Amino acid sequence: MDIYKYLRKEKLPHIWCPGCGHGTILNSFVRAFDKSGLNQDKTVVISGIGCSGRATGYLNFDSLHTTHGRAIAFATGVKMANPELNVIVMTGDGDGAAIGGNHLIHAARRNIDLTVILFNNQIYGMTGGQFSPMTPEGANATTAPYGNIDRNFDLCQLTKAAGATFTARGATFNPRQLTNIIKKALLHKGFSFVESFTQCPVRYGKLNQTADPVDMLKLQKQKTADIKKWLQFSDEEKEIIYPLGVLNEEINPENEYTFRYQKIIEKTLEKGVL
Amino acid sequence: MTKTKVYKPQKRGILVQGDQAVVEGALAAGVEFFAGYPITPASEIAEGFARELPKVGGKFLQMEDEIAGMAAIVGASLAGKKAITATSGPGFSLKQENLGFAIMIEAPLVVVNVQRVGPSTGLPTSPSQGDVMQSRWGRNGDQPIIVLAPASVQECFDLSITAVNFSEKYRQPVILLLDEVIGHLREKIIIKKAEELDIWERKRPALNERRNNFNPYQETDDLIPPMPDYGSGFRYHASGLFHDQTGFPSGKNKTAKNLMDRLTKKITANLSEILLYEKDVRKEDQAAVLSFGSAVRTAISAVHTARKAGLKVGYFKLKTIWPFPEEEVAKLAEEVDTIIVPELNQGQLIGEVKKAAGCKADVIGINDYSGLLLKPEEIRSVLEEVL
Repeated sequence: MDIYKYLRKEKLPHIWCPGCGHGTILNSFVRAFDKSGLNQDKTVVISGIGCSGRATGYLNFDSLHTTHGRAIAFATGVKMANPELNVIVMTGDGDGAAIGGNHLIHAARRNIDLTVILFNNQIYGMTGGQFSPMTPEGANATTAPYGNIDRNFDLCQLTKAAGATFTARGATFNPRQLTNIIKKALLHKGFSFVESFTQCPVRYGKLNQTADPVDMLKLQKQKTADIKKWLQFSDEEKEIIYPLGVLNEEINPENEYTFRYQKIIEKTLEKGVL
Repeated sequence: MTKTKVYKPQKRGILVQGDQAVVEGALAAGVEFFAGYPITPASEIAEGFARELPKVGGKFLQMEDEIAGMAAIVGASLAGKKAITATSGPGFSLKQENLGFAIMIEAPLVVVNVQRVGPSTGLPTSPSQGDVMQSRWGRNGDQPIIVLAPASVQECFDLSITAVNFSEKYRQPVILLLDEVIGHLREKIIIKKAEELDIWERKRPALNERRNNFNPYQETDDLIPPMPDYGSGFRYHASGLFHDQTGFPSGKNKTAKNLMDRLTKKITANLSEILLYEKDVRKEDQAAVLSFGSAVRTAISAVHTARKAGLKVGYFKLKTIWPFPEEEVAKLAEEVDTIIVPELNQGQLIGEVKKAAGCKADVIGINDYSGLLLKPEEIRSVLEEVL
């Protein structure tokens, strides 16, 4: 597998901190893309602002590094204008779940054929460690110096409830599973959402007694379980353990938004209403 | 998506609102994409596109908010479509960040702002010219912008074509600045047939440049880099960060200055094409009324009746308000003693007039910001005072 053809080698090394998990997600993504068989020239990768936002600059596709939180809205325009393109959004927990949360649920509601990969490092890394909607309750952040009292979203449940026809969760401690998940998401016709836990030792770990990235990966492993195993858990266990894997998949390409709009176009043409 | 039908306007006279005329003009100019959010007094534009676009194989998107509408048309523009959105003051405020992004990445597109009285939600169904400065400086940072202001329903049609044309030629977002009265006014307009229209397309790079170290932001002689469509194999990067010719971010101060200079120059080097105005100032005239948008109607009416009464007055009507025609107004200031600037705001464009006129002419503002139109008599009485 030549994964380097999907990377802009001259842009490497990347700017992410030592120990950061974002490179692992990027690695899983390019491997998944290769396995998907999709056309590299017909693919656009779009990101917003934050550490995740830099991912698109390293990828050898048409790429767009947009404003904070709005990547999905830009992506909706690209996909709608040319539904032949594969449109992939890379976002973060601040970018995608806070400032861009509204676009996330509305793109899910439309079931437009985008693949959204959300890099969840549970912190605003690039701005220096402020708490995000995904920072665990009780954890420390520079803007939660006495412990975070904000509750989290369950982003997979949220997007599923909003109408996403594919939701999945992965983690950087298990890149093989993450690769498989992303591949399935890329091939899904409809809105597909992949959340991936990723470690941020520098901004999150240091404030929360886990400055060693290996410790963070171990912690990820402790706090997650494969969906098959997870379903056997007690309700109490389910409360504290996150399921990993494909959590929801509805196959119905005719329910996809650009397909449905094309039907409108055909209807107006049949009527000859020009 | 294959285009199902090419829109070919037929020559015809129709009685429509300004908002509808904008839709007709944009379609004639080849617009195939609208994304936006409902807002008074611009909703008729969204409704028009929702009805008309699918008929020509185009796309209409009602987004979850104003911000998303702006973002979506940038995406569509990158995918190769002529794209447009429409809003009013409060929505225009929300669009500013992504409009700044579009200016930075040089995405051709048009934003229609049907002005209502502000600040804030203000008077939603009353006319205003309060967004003169918001349209010029609403985003962070320095930047070029083109703003066209129609004064009639026919001009809504004509200038909406011009707006799309300018955006394509200069890779530059263009704002079409209406106000509530122009947007809702009904007048008969003549739709020109396709053959009579001059429609411009963005410059695209030759496909054989794809693997040849293609620079999406190269410095060409005309200062306007050719723009590939997403999906045509160029695999290029666009970013709101300062970038060099490759499109990738650069923190170098020299690169930042170079880009700013080129963005500004691509507009200032083409002022003779971009600055649209009509001038009727006779040799003997001692005063001129300078106006734009709906205030033009009051101004011209006042000038005509004043001339009949023997007053020596002319008019200067701006269709392009940004970039501001500094040299033309400086020349006007040499020709007359007084320039009168009626505006439906507390005085926004008048500042530019004063700057351009220097001390060569007196500049007097007449302002109504109550949600009413100015009356010709108000201008007439000022004319009688100064002449």
